[in-house]
Parts: sequence; C-alpha cells; structure tokens
Amino acid sequence: MVTMVTAMHMSDGLVNATTSLVFGAVAVVGLVLCLVRARADLDERTAPMAGLVTAFVFAVQMINFPILPGASGHLLGGALVAILVGPWVGTVCIAIVLLVQALLFADGGLTALGTNITNMALIGVFTGYGVALLLRRVARRSRSGLVATAFVAAFVNTVIASLGFVIEYAIGGSGGAGLGTVFALMVGLHALIGVGEGVITAATVGAVAAVRPDLVYLLRGTATPLVRRSAPATPAAGGAA
Amino acid sequence: MGAGHAHPLHLHRDSPVHRLPPQVKIVAAFLGVVCVVATPREAFPVFAGYLVLLLGVWVAARIPVGWILRRSVIELPFVVLAVLLPITGPDPRIEWLGMSLSEPGLLGAWNILVKGTLGVLTSLTLAATTPMRDLLVGLQRLRAPALVTTIATLMLRYVDVIAGEARRMRLARVARGHDPRFLWQAGATARGVGALFVRSYERGERVHLAMLSRGWTGAMPVLAENRTTRRDWATGLAPVAVAAALAVTGWVIA
Repeated sequence: MVTMVTAMHMSDGLVNATTSLVFGAVAVVGLVLCLVRARADLDERTAPMAGLVTAFVFAVQMINFPILPGASGHLLGGALVAILVGPWVGTVCIAIVLLVQALLFADGGLTALGTNITNMALIGVFTGYGVALLLRRVARRSRSGLVATAFVAAFVNTVIASLGFVIEYAIGGSGGAGLGTVFALMVGLHALIGVGEGVITAATVGAVAAVRPDLVYLLRGTATPLVRRSAPATPAAGGAA
Repeated sequence: MGAGHAHPLHLHRDSPVHRLPPQVKIVAAFLGVVCVVATPREAFPVFAGYLVLLLGVWVAARIPVGWILRRSVIELPFVVLAVLLPITGPDPRIEWLGMSLSEPGLLGAWNILVKGTLGVLTSLTLAATTPMRDLLVGLQRLRAPALVTTIATLMLRYVDVIAGEARRMRLARVARGHDPRFLWQAGATARGVGALFVRSYERGERVHLAMLSRGWTGAMPVLAENRTTRRDWATGLAPVAVAAALAVTGWVIA
C-alpha cells in the first residue's frame, strides 16, 4: 500500500479532534514549563536576539513546499534557536512563529497548533539542544567545531521532529495509511530537509560566533575572564586600570 | 524605513467585524475551526452550511469574495497532493470516468481538503479584519504571558528589519557587478545568510534600544480605551453558535 501523509506542518483535519486536544494539552504544559524557565534567560541583551531569531525562523519557514496531502515541509530552525538563545526561550520562539503563522497567515491549522507545537517547538528544539550539549566539548574548542555541532544538531532535530508526526498520526490519523511506509518516506524526506537545515544553521551560528560570541547561548561561560593587570603607577598614566 | 504596521493579508475597511475587539475575534475564529474539525466527514451538507456562514461574515465585514479567494492559494502546498489519495488509497474501489478510485482515499482527500480550506478561510477572515497590532493587543487581553507578547512584538518588528537588510545587501551586490537572475540570487543569498543575520541583529539591537528609550516596556500600549462589552462577545460568538449547531447537525445526520 502506498502512503499518503507525512511531514511537518499539519493542516486542520489531518488528525482527529481527540488527538488535537491531547497534543494541545501536551503543548500547553510544555510551554508553561519553558515560559517559567525562559524568564531568567531573557534580559536587555537577549530580548532582541530572541525577537530576531524568531523573525528569522519565521522568514525561513515561509518557504514551504508540499510533501504529501495535508502536510508541507520546510526548514524548522529548532537547533538554531536552541544554540543561539537556549532551549527555554527557543521553544517559546518557535511556538510564537507557529502561533502567528496560524493566526495571521493561515499557515497550518488552528486546531493543529497543539500537534505542530509539540513536534516543532518541544521535540525539535530540545532534540537540537540535546545534541548540541552532547557535542559541547567539540563546540567550545574551536569555531569549526561549533559549526559542525550546529550542522549535526540541526540535522538530528529535523529527523526526530518529523518522527513526532508519525506518533500523532499513529494515534489519530484521519487518512488510511500504513505506518511503516509513512516512517520510511519521512526519514528520507526529512534527511534531505535536514541537510539544508544543517547548512543554514551552521552558516548562521558560525557568523554570529565570529562577530559576537557573547550572544551564543551554547558558548556561555567560555569567554576568558578579563584580567586586570596593575601597571606600574606613574602619574602620566592617570590611573587607567 | 517603515515599521511594520500592516501585513499583506489585512484589508483596511470599516465594518462591524473590523470594529470588534481583537480577542473576541481570535476566540471566535478558534472555536469556529474546532467545530469544523469535529464535524464527521460524511456530513456533506453541513460543510456547505459552514461556507454560507463564512460568506455571511464576509458580507458583514465588507470583504470581496474574490479578494479572499485569491489569498486562499496559501493553502495549496498543503492540499495539492490530496489528489493522490483517491488513486493510491486502499480498497474498495469505485469506477469513475474510466478511473479506478479508492473509496476511503476519496473520503480522506475530501476530509483534508474541506477542513483545511474552511480553516484557511477562517484564518484569512481574522487576518483581513484585524491589523497586526490589534492581534497582539488581543493576545495580551487573552492573558497570553508577557514574554510571549514581547517576543511576538519584537519578531513582527524585526521581519521588516531583516527584509530591509536583505534588500540593502542585494543592492550592494548589484552595485559591485553581480548580475542576479531569478534563481541565481538564491546562491548568493544563501551564502550571505550568516552576514544577513549578524547585520540584522546589530540593526535590531539599535531598534530595541530606540523602543526602550521611547518608553516601551514589553507590552503594547493601549491607545483606545474601548471596553469590551458583553454585547461585543455576543456579536462575535453568534457565528460560533451557528457553527456549533452545524457541528451537532453533522453528528446527527452522519
């Protein structure tokens, strides 16, 4: 049997009402947790970064293409936000992108918001961050290490996030498709998307780390502390420290 | 450079629907779509009822039907492949115009198509009658966490910053002898994506400081002190009541 449904952004009616409700609840609980933790991460310097990352992901997600009925594929940005602003703020960022897309641009369904947030915000961001944490030692050693980490994190994030869809579809899909084929198709398609995602994530993270490493969440605490060296006190130096 | 006060899906009009408080419209749109999704797919006439209901709202909002239909092509990437379902779906099959079509496949395609379309039309109606700023105020009044509205506001502001910065970088490339054709621009844009991000961040940082120095505290200022009355809610939720009745009808007849 040939399959018909896979992939990321779901529209209304792709899974049944009960499944929408259950994953709506999952999304709300997850988001509340993230919001509580995110508050501590957001200050004057990181607020514009969170806004910009969100706008960036929003722009990137606008480019989407049909994968199969009721679902479209696009870049996700989960690993990008996780590395730049951390998993808590990052999850909130992606959830906002999805919310605004659903409300303003009619992208993805309003009732599919719960499943979309679960896949792309919760699963996506935390997978990306988990991979980045595992590779943190590499990432902190050099910039090429960081770029490689970003690529791998983005790739894994895309593939794992799409698996969330299979689970939701298995629970309450409203088309009649075989799970095995959904699974196989999805891994193939999202491996492709994941490579594109990895390239863009790596390029962006690399550029930010080159200019403003202080803004990269993953690199927090790696900056060499400023050392004050006392100069021989001469009247001409004017007490410059 | 202009700040983002309008979005491409907004239709500037004055109508009872435009004047409704944004939070009422958000709730109404959401509940309306919930009704549509909860309707069994075999209840064909009910879906026509939903469409008539939306037509009524468009008349009240003075939105031309053609205007909204042209914008509904957004949905295409989602549903274009629903065409495949009847051909690839499981048995039993029916003959139609010499083609062998799968019955569950046809129903599945119809389900995605009709619910997706009604959902998109509802969101478009909300977007057409509500400017971006009001939408944020609406989310604020629905007690969305302050952090969410803050990031959402910055995001909508920064979409313009990124677009402006991308335009400037393109102009700079052209000025240096780059000859961009339709698809070939993509390569240069992709290679410049990191630079675009850093440039946008630095501009965005200045925008943020400018906002702070003008008294922005993270929340949208409430300019008009219009209190939301019980009547507003009643007006806004009236179409939802009709939609709920339709959904119940659907369960009865299916």
